[in-house]
Amino acid sequence: MTQSPADLRAQAQSASAHLPALILSAERLAAMVAPGAHGLRRAGPGEDFWQYRPASQGDSARLIDWRRSARSDAEFVRDRESQTAQAVGLWISAGQGMGYAGASDRPSKRDRAHLLALALAMVLLRGGEKVGLLGQPARAGRVQADRLAERIAAITARDGDGDAPAPDQLRPNQRLVILSDFLDDPAWVDALLARAAGMGVTGVLMQVLDPDEETFPYAGAVLFRSLSGVIRHDSRDAGGLRDAYLARLADRRDWLRRRATGAGWHFGHHTTDHPPAVALSWLYQVLAG
Amino acid sequence: MLMLGPIGFAAPWVLTALIALPVLWILLRALPPAPRQVAFPGVALLRGLLDKVPVARRTPWWLLLLRLAAVAALILAFAGPSWKPVVPVGQGGPLLVVLDAGWAAAPDWPARLTRAEAALGNAAAQGRPAALLLADGRAAPGALPFAPADTLLAGLRAAQPMPWATGLPANPQAALANVPEGALETLWISDGLDHPNRGAWLEALTRRGAVTVVPPARAVRSLSLHAGDTPSLTLAATDETAPAILAIGPDPQGVERELARLTAGDAAVADGTWTRPAAIDLPPELRNRITRFQVEGEAHAGAVVLTDDRVKRRKVGLVGDADRQAEGQELLSQLHYLRRALNPTADVVEGGLGDVLDTAPDVIVLADQVDLAESAELAGWVEEGGLLIRFAGPRMAAFEDLQNEPLIPVPLRQGGRDIGGALSWGDPRTILPFAAEGVFAGLIPPEDVTIRAQLMAQPAPDLADRTLAALSDNTPLVTRSRQGQGQIVLFHVTANAEWSNLPISGLFVDMLNRLVQTARVAPADEVSEDRDQPFWTPETVLDGFGRAQPAEGMAPVPAADLARGTGPNRPAGIYAAGERRTALNAGGPMVRADWPGATVEAVGTTGGRDLTGILLALAALILAADALGSALLARGGRVAAAVLLALLIQPAPPLMAQDPNPELARAANEVALAYVVTGDERVDDASREGLRGLSVVLRQRTSVEPGEPVAIDLDRDDLSVLTFLYWPITDTQAAPSPQAYVRLNHFMRSGGMILFDTRDGDVAGVGGPDMSQALQALAAPLEIPPLSPIPADHVLTRSFYLLSDFPGRWQGNPVWLEAPPAGAETAEGMPFRQLNDGVSPVVIGGNSWAEAWAVDDNGYAAYPIGRGWEGEQQREMAFRFGVNLVMYVLTGNYKSDQVHVPALLDRMRTEETLGP
Repeated sequence: MTQSPADLRAQAQSASAHLPALILSAERLAAMVAPGAHGLRRAGPGEDFWQYRPASQGDSARLIDWRRSARSDAEFVRDRESQTAQAVGLWISAGQGMGYAGASDRPSKRDRAHLLALALAMVLLRGGEKVGLLGQPARAGRVQADRLAERIAAITARDGDGDAPAPDQLRPNQRLVILSDFLDDPAWVDALLARAAGMGVTGVLMQVLDPDEETFPYAGAVLFRSLSGVIRHDSRDAGGLRDAYLARLADRRDWLRRRATGAGWHFGHHTTDHPPAVALSWLYQVLAG
Repeated sequence: MLMLGPIGFAAPWVLTALIALPVLWILLRALPPAPRQVAFPGVALLRGLLDKVPVARRTPWWLLLLRLAAVAALILAFAGPSWKPVVPVGQGGPLLVVLDAGWAAAPDWPARLTRAEAALGNAAAQGRPAALLLADGRAAPGALPFAPADTLLAGLRAAQPMPWATGLPANPQAALANVPEGALETLWISDGLDHPNRGAWLEALTRRGAVTVVPPARAVRSLSLHAGDTPSLTLAATDETAPAILAIGPDPQGVERELARLTAGDAAVADGTWTRPAAIDLPPELRNRITRFQVEGEAHAGAVVLTDDRVKRRKVGLVGDADRQAEGQELLSQLHYLRRALNPTADVVEGGLGDVLDTAPDVIVLADQVDLAESAELAGWVEEGGLLIRFAGPRMAAFEDLQNEPLIPVPLRQGGRDIGGALSWGDPRTILPFAAEGVFAGLIPPEDVTIRAQLMAQPAPDLADRTLAALSDNTPLVTRSRQGQGQIVLFHVTANAEWSNLPISGLFVDMLNRLVQTARVAPADEVSEDRDQPFWTPETVLDGFGRAQPAEGMAPVPAADLARGTGPNRPAGIYAAGERRTALNAGGPMVRADWPGATVEAVGTTGGRDLTGILLALAALILAADALGSALLARGGRVAAAVLLALLIQPAPPLMAQDPNPELARAANEVALAYVVTGDERVDDASREGLRGLSVVLRQRTSVEPGEPVAIDLDRDDLSVLTFLYWPITDTQAAPSPQAYVRLNHFMRSGGMILFDTRDGDVAGVGGPDMSQALQALAAPLEIPPLSPIPADHVLTRSFYLLSDFPGRWQGNPVWLEAPPAGAETAEGMPFRQLNDGVSPVVIGGNSWAEAWAVDDNGYAAYPIGRGWEGEQQREMAFRFGVNLVMYVLTGNYKSDQVHVPALLDRMRTEETLGP
């Protein structure tokens, strides 16, 4: 159930339409000490052209852009855009379990995660931030939205049920958005958070689940198997397992929340029967606040 | 046989399997159904969890019940159940099976055999002695042998219904002399009709024991021909329904088919049989084609009437003055008008009176002949039933001794009269309307038919009776008298337009046809007296089912026997003696049989209704429902719907035989050379390779770009999309069907060409056999025009290459095609004659061209030609012939028309200089 980049983009556009441009705010001031890649839409130290302004007192002759000045009588100074090294890395689980959809009228978890990721990327790009998939260069600009849409749509499911980001792809001054169902063994979360904390990287853990996984609507004799078929569980009375399952799910969430807050991260969850805008608003608040 | 109420079981021991059902119930209950399979990513969270209350899942009771019902239905089905089966009665005594084997038994013959077989089988199982009396009228004289029943089965299975009526041995007492001890039980499988000796047999049998009669399951119908002046059919039936009567014969294309449908008239009921007359009211052209009448939906010899001379065209002898030779003057000849009127509906013989009498015609027409030398023979012929039609004329009017002329229906006045001529008063006379009951009833004389001269009859009291048609002044125009069994008719006018314009009106044709139809055809019984024809040889005979069979190895039938109708050794069919052919038909009047003292089974209950199929179908249905229920239980609604859909989906209908050959579709799309499949693999391969080789050459050298050659099965394939057909002749190929010849003729008429290749050009050398016989046999039904060897100036010699010889693998034999018109002459300034305006439909030769053209898969020549360089030269010439031939087929006489090009150019130039 892979979507074409154009479809994905159209959906993401509509999901993110109501949100204003997002500028990562939390560490903006702190990031000013590390000039670099984070364009802040104002003149300052950076590499990209920002504006020409009339030279004022205090500008040394070395700063005057002679080429521009030669076209008029006044002298102009070429300002560059102030930049920081901040960028947002997106990571979406490619495990087989993400392909699950409990009913045909719901999107699969993977589709929903893709949508959220791209919508978030668009909001960020509108705010002038640099966005990229984890492990790939982050760039700013409208074209990056198209590029991201294509790359996200090209993500193929892996063989196993779960998937984990490689911790060595973390870079300093990055914000991470991790979208996954966190249903398989979550040991990788510990490792990731530990490394991130060491580098000063913060971010969000977003758990995307299907309503069936929240409610466990099964009864009777059922042979459960994971989507890759590796894990099986045979039950004679699935209805009797419901409470135990829900308790384990709650435990898993608690654990994730504790870990996340402990590392300065955020943890949220989303079910595919809710509108994606809710999750997007939450992400917006968390990243902007 | 175990009887439970109205249901009987043939294999009751199978029912013991029903005991296993409760065991099955327990087993099925103990086995749980398969769990649902659910794909669920959260299964990792379930790991290690244990069911709190392990519930033992059971198959639901309704599913159990369905399965048990299916198994029960299967068990019952295999126990051979039947509804109200016939239970054999009378145990112990000997059994006699009487099987009527005449034509009336043919319609449900297999059912009769099955019934007799079942009875004999039962008797064999019980060890009773049995005998089989096959009532086909050919039973051996003497006592019936009684034997163990199973030894009779082989003879029974070989029995066939006969194309004559059922017949029983004459003396029942003698036949029943050897009956073993015990009460004789008789099973009489009857055809429902009465036959000679049946009463005596029934009486003898009822005296010895119980007689059970199996009546026929359906009504018996028979068709017979009532010969006479106007032959008509009689349809007799034992019920009220009157099916149509089909008139079957070859249509103009020579294909046997239904030509007309007759409906029988009102029924006359007598003794439970309905008899209906059916008039054969058909145009003569159609009637002459009919070979048989058949009751629709009846397949037995009694429902078929074969036609012979009685229904067929009459033979008419014309005697008159010889025609004048020059064109135009034939319109003055009397015979011309008679010939034109009679030819479509009758066989016309012309000549002197003596010659005509020798051909034994049904009708003789004398046009203005008097004082004949053979009048004594002619009178004798009329006495025996001949129809003599005479026409008046100047010679008869001027004959002095007209008063004493024999064979004239009414006494005539000498001289005749003129009406409305230049020297007479009055207007030409018209014809009075014809009498309502007469030969000409229903014909309407046109008003513009006028009589200007006529021969007058002497007034006589019986003149009015003898007048068939009269003029407006009541003077006779046509008179008739009967003489012996025959009749004499006189037209008081000429048969040409000299005395009246009657002969050039349509009325003349109708009047003559009506008269000719009244001619008697001598019936067979008269001829049977003829000492010259003591035997009649069967030509075609019918079998009991009414199908025509060639009469091979059948003995000729004495004429006296033939007069007694069908019987053993005289099956229904067509019999010939000398020139004459007569039909012997099985059908005739029927009398219903009655059975005093015997048990007659009710119709339709003979075998009981077999319930096995119904039960098996029921079991299949229940199992399908079970599959649906299980799917519903295990996989949820979607899978159940899929199963239901799979059950409902019908398999796609298989491809029909009428679907066009895809090869032909390709041939229609591009030019493709075609060859006839002969069935000889070597020849077919040579044809395919040859045409492929020629196609390659055509593609290389010309703008014709043919595809792969197409193989044509003449019996199946449509030829309308083809242009060129190569037909190698072998002596083993079967002749195509009549429909195929119709298609071939149409193919040739519409511009196609067939290249016949007898492949025997090398007669003197090592070549194969002479195929000209096979070619003649195969091509006989084709409309092939007169042929000639290819003239030196034929367009085929220059349609692409200039050729003088047409070699194939062999060389130097003439190649034949449509002969040029006789009057073709060389025109001034033209190098060759203008020969054919069109394409010759056939080219016939024996040079084995395909073998010369043939290339194998690697592109090398497949057959050697001649020797060395000369041989290759000959192959090249063969290719050139092929190219010329295909060009000729595709462009017709276009190349011949090229000679006009210089003249046309000259003319255009002149017009240019003359013009502005």
